[in-house]
Amino acid sequence: MKQKIIYAILIIAIILPVLLLSDFRLSILSKFLVFSIVAISVNLLWGYTGILSLGHGAYFALGGYAMAMYLKLQSQPLPDFMEWSGIETLPWFWKPFQYVPFALVMVVVLPVALALLVGIPLFKSGTKGVYFTIISQAITLIMSILFIGQQGFTGGSNGITGFKGVLGYALGDPTLTKILYGLVVIVLIGIYFISKFMLNTHGGTIIQAIRDRETRLRFLGYKTHTFKVITLATSAAICGIAGALFVPIVGIISPSIMSVLMSTEFVIWVAIGGRATLLGPIVGALTINYAKTIFSESLPEYWWYFYGFLFITATLIIPKGIVGSLLKKKWFKNVLLK
Amino acid sequence: MEEFLPFLFNGLSISSILLLTAIGLSIVFGMMGVINFAHGEFIMIGCYSSYIASLVLGSKGTWTALVLAFVLAFALAFAIGYIVERLVIRKLYARPLDSILATWGISLILQQVARNIFGSNNVEAPMPKILNEGLKVSEGITLPFNRLFIIIITILVILLVYIFMYKTPKGRILQAVMQNRAMASCIGINTKKADAFTFSLGCGLAGIAGICISMLGSVGPSTGQNYIIDTFLVVILGGIGGLRGTILAALLIGLCNPFIEYFTTSSMSKVIILSLVLVVLQFKPQGLSPMKDRTID
Repeated sequence: MKQKIIYAILIIAIILPVLLLSDFRLSILSKFLVFSIVAISVNLLWGYTGILSLGHGAYFALGGYAMAMYLKLQSQPLPDFMEWSGIETLPWFWKPFQYVPFALVMVVVLPVALALLVGIPLFKSGTKGVYFTIISQAITLIMSILFIGQQGFTGGSNGITGFKGVLGYALGDPTLTKILYGLVVIVLIGIYFISKFMLNTHGGTIIQAIRDRETRLRFLGYKTHTFKVITLATSAAICGIAGALFVPIVGIISPSIMSVLMSTEFVIWVAIGGRATLLGPIVGALTINYAKTIFSESLPEYWWYFYGFLFITATLIIPKGIVGSLLKKKWFKNVLLK
Repeated sequence: MEEFLPFLFNGLSISSILLLTAIGLSIVFGMMGVINFAHGEFIMIGCYSSYIASLVLGSKGTWTALVLAFVLAFALAFAIGYIVERLVIRKLYARPLDSILATWGISLILQQVARNIFGSNNVEAPMPKILNEGLKVSEGITLPFNRLFIIIITILVILLVYIFMYKTPKGRILQAVMQNRAMASCIGINTKKADAFTFSLGCGLAGIAGICISMLGSVGPSTGQNYIIDTFLVVILGGIGGLRGTILAALLIGLCNPFIEYFTTSSMSKVIILSLVLVVLQFKPQGLSPMKDRTID
């Protein structure tokens, strides 16, 4: 009975924004939901496996660029920024992106490829903790330098923008906004349940054991680095999907998404929401982004102070995050789990 | 030989700046396993110190102002570092990843404070005129005095840190805590005090690095951010075993840089250097000079 009520409330909560919010607000909400997907992917790696990556912007951007390349080719046979840089024929690696299936596959393949490239050597050689965090950050910085430098192939620091439309609708069309909202909600729910399922498998237990005491696990005979690589790849794939959803909603992808600031923001959503909880990242991403919108509309000056204190709060005062702290309360457990 | 001189000098100059910015961070990392993400902002505090000194003593750019700037930078960064350690870092020693996030938050706050006090535009700190000239080695090759000065300051700082860490009783106490915290605590060393001192010292050294950076151009609230990732790479490449690793890593990255840049572009050289760091870490996951340690967690 209780479960039915929860589901009913959830369905109403999903439909209400479509009816109540203006298109502008609805598309902002969709963007926040995309960020929730990112937060889930960060949480999988950090909350459950104990590996802090400050470079998830790179995976997000790769998914986003794959989608943007497809959308751009739908709008123009030769992207305008290529003309500006004096490139007259479409480069070979751009060509297959005019086909939807290829672009959609690349949304997952590109981030996973980068994750494997980074993860296999690093985890195999036993790089962990702070070392991995800093290398992941440096890799994202390098990626953004590369993308900005290759103006003719990637659109440089402006990124890729100026899409004619998506799915036959012009960008900003009210129907499109609603369709994208629906799509994001479905993907978010799908990824939520997939990650829930994965964490309940044997592998899910192993990665949490890696977080708690990796050495002991190795002595028990597990190849922990394989599990870490798989988790990183899964996380990158989810992040890439989020990136691909982000592009049609916002209408632009640029290297600024790979900035150190952005990738750190991903982590704070998880920290505030509650690491190692399933709902935490979603709650965190929505709350912080909502707070950010309010601040930037009324008190932009103080946002950075507030934001800075959030990081300190998340580590010192509520290390379990919002959801993690609530889960300790009996009434909340009763409502949610019974 | 003549052709190599500019490369070598550039490389040494880059190395010296890397080393100067990394030395404080590396000491803190070696001592407590904490990577201070606000390190860039302590560099920024140093940068602004030379600006403040020029405001106080007139904007002529005299040697007195420079000396005052050095004292001010070290003292200010040391004091703010001490406060930060007391309020935040102290509670996070067992959680290195959390301390990354907390120090990142501190870095954002310090940047905004700088923006509110000094404005978001860059400011220029006047330097003694002679630093803008150069030593003429031959036709077409001039070694700028400010770069030479930075190299000299770096050598001085390294020497002082070395003498302090390895030759004075207080430095030996820090060494002891670094090598075996539990044992040091058992024989009566106040490890908390040692931690607070080390963190503040690291921040103070960042302040000195900031002065040197302010000699190279105008400074702004986000100046520290431009140096921070390279600094991190130096520290993890060096490892936590002490000064030797950090010096080695800074020289390696700094000296490779101009040569690679000569053959490719500056953005490609960053990519290549990161790949080099990754390859080295592949064989030495704990850095070039790891701490000898037989414990398993």
